[in-house]
Amino acid sequence: MPVSCGLCEKRAMLKRPKTGGALCKECFYNVFEAEVHQTITSASLFKRGETVAIAASGGKDSTVLAHLMKLLNERHDYGLTLFLLSVDEGITGYRDDSLETVKRNQQQYELPLKVVSYKELYGWTMDEIVRQIGLKNNCTFCGVFRRQALDRGAMMLGVDKIVTGHNADDVAETVIMNVLRGDIARLQRCTAIVTGTEGAIPRCKPFKYTYEKEIVMYAYFKKLDYFSTECIYSPNAYRGHARTYLKDLESIRSTSIIDIIHSGECMSVSVKKDVKMPTQGTCARCGYISSNELCKACVLLEGLNKGLPKLGIGKPHKARLALGLTNTTGTTSTSGSQRKEGCQSCSCRRHPYAVVNDTSGCKKDDGHSKDDPTATDSSIKQEELGSNFSTVGAVGDSAAACGCNSEVQKGPCASTVGVKALCGKDDRNTPCACKRGEAQTNKKALGNSRAVPDLDF
Amino acid sequence: MLSKSKVTVSMANSVNICLEFSGGAELLFDMVKKHDVSLPGNSQPWTIKSLLVWIKENLLKERPELFVQGDTVRPGILVLINDVDWELMGELEYQLEENDRIVFISTLHGG
Ligand SMILES: [Zn+2]
Ligand SMILES: [Zn+2]
Ligand SMILES: [Zn+2]
Repeated sequence: MPVSCGLCEKRAMLKRPKTGGALCKECFYNVFEAEVHQTITSASLFKRGETVAIAASGGKDSTVLAHLMKLLNERHDYGLTLFLLSVDEGITGYRDDSLETVKRNQQQYELPLKVVSYKELYGWTMDEIVRQIGLKNNCTFCGVFRRQALDRGAMMLGVDKIVTGHNADDVAETVIMNVLRGDIARLQRCTAIVTGTEGAIPRCKPFKYTYEKEIVMYAYFKKLDYFSTECIYSPNAYRGHARTYLKDLESIRSTSIIDIIHSGECMSVSVKKDVKMPTQGTCARCGYISSNELCKACVLLEGLNKGLPKLGIGKPHKARLALGLTNTTGTTSTSGSQRKEGCQSCSCRRHPYAVVNDTSGCKKDDGHSKDDPTATDSSIKQEELGSNFSTVGAVGDSAAACGCNSEVQKGPCASTVGVKALCGKDDRNTPCACKRGEAQTNKKALGNSRAVPDLDF
Repeated sequence: MLSKSKVTVSMANSVNICLEFSGGAELLFDMVKKHDVSLPGNSQPWTIKSLLVWIKENLLKERPELFVQGDTVRPGILVLINDVDWELMGELEYQLEENDRIVFISTLHGG
């Protein structure tokens, strides 16, 4: 009683969740690839000549994405230059294998790979963060940091776009979470196929309409090499519940996923007029896009560095209060203009976002690094925090721009991230002689834990 | 098709099959991905449904709710019967045959 393929004579191998149709392997490949191509072209995700970073975790979604991007770029002559970009959260015994997988992908697909680590960017590994804050809320840190880390890595590569492996299931899950949390601003963004405000590198989701089941089946039939395990730090994550809920719904009603995405899209359209969107500005400390005076990563880092890890976890205004910051809504300047105005962390006028293009960076390494508070030293006064600090968090941008954050955590020179390394040296022009960065890069990889595959959209 | 030529009636429905767990499902089975198992004779022919009960009682080390839910697999775990989507094979009612290869792939882990 074998079922035959709806498109040819062969034996069907899978039932499509989207249509209920049965397909043989070959027809499934064709349809799967054609649909992603269709998504890419109908949303005009790329322009010829662009460089694109594929956010690569070694997991199934990004592995299949890397495979497809490579394949479609060649088949349809998109004219794109592709990179793999990975984030190493610094989770011992968890990232090692996924890094190995990414490195194999690098070879299989012959794509250059760049790895950025939390340690380099923020001065803290996830292991260290968990040691400090315990297992509660760690995913908040992880999610916020990963999001910025990807951006910073992309800036270092100088790419035009980032593509992520978020699939239809992920998007639906995120819609549910945002509805349950009443997070209207995120609800609006999460269904967009391209996200990214002014000043940020656009992120695209070529798999927005691709079901997870098909991604997994594609990887299975094609024998693609991917890595899967649970993030050891994410038991009971909120997302996990949303996921289970979604899967339960889907088992009763197979169109649930696309229905929820559709609902999310409709809600975001109807919501647009009446909801006040926070003003997008940039973080006063690191220059990262933020609707508040300090970006979330900087607040979280400040908490870590001051020994107040709860900072930034709860209500935003409380955190800002604790930091001595006044306004909680957007700074007036837009990210764009601030970006041009230069480094917010010191007076150097270097671009906060200089990481990529302006590799010379700010030579003013004394700027913040010296009085940089912080760091682990918990005795900072609030006023200092208000204006002057450039903690590690900043890390990424401004820090990198100024080379300032490096000292803070005594290790990584943000400016040399990934390429040069963890020398603690401020001069961004001089490659680190220590090679630690490289070694580290090769040792760990990273990727998204699934539980939180950078789903912050 | 193929299966029909293979008469497996020998001892009261016992079957030898291969089970595979991947995509993170192996975490529930001591990280062992491949299990060759002999299902003992049974008054009824073995089906995926009874296989799940057997797995729960004999192979699952901990937290069975992460693998089975009610009398079926937890939503989000794909099941392949000789590489064919079980949704095309009768799902729980599928009757196991000698040398069948049943693959369970979790889609719930690792992105
Ligand atoms: Zn076919
Ligand atoms: Zn996590
Ligand atoms: Zn910041």
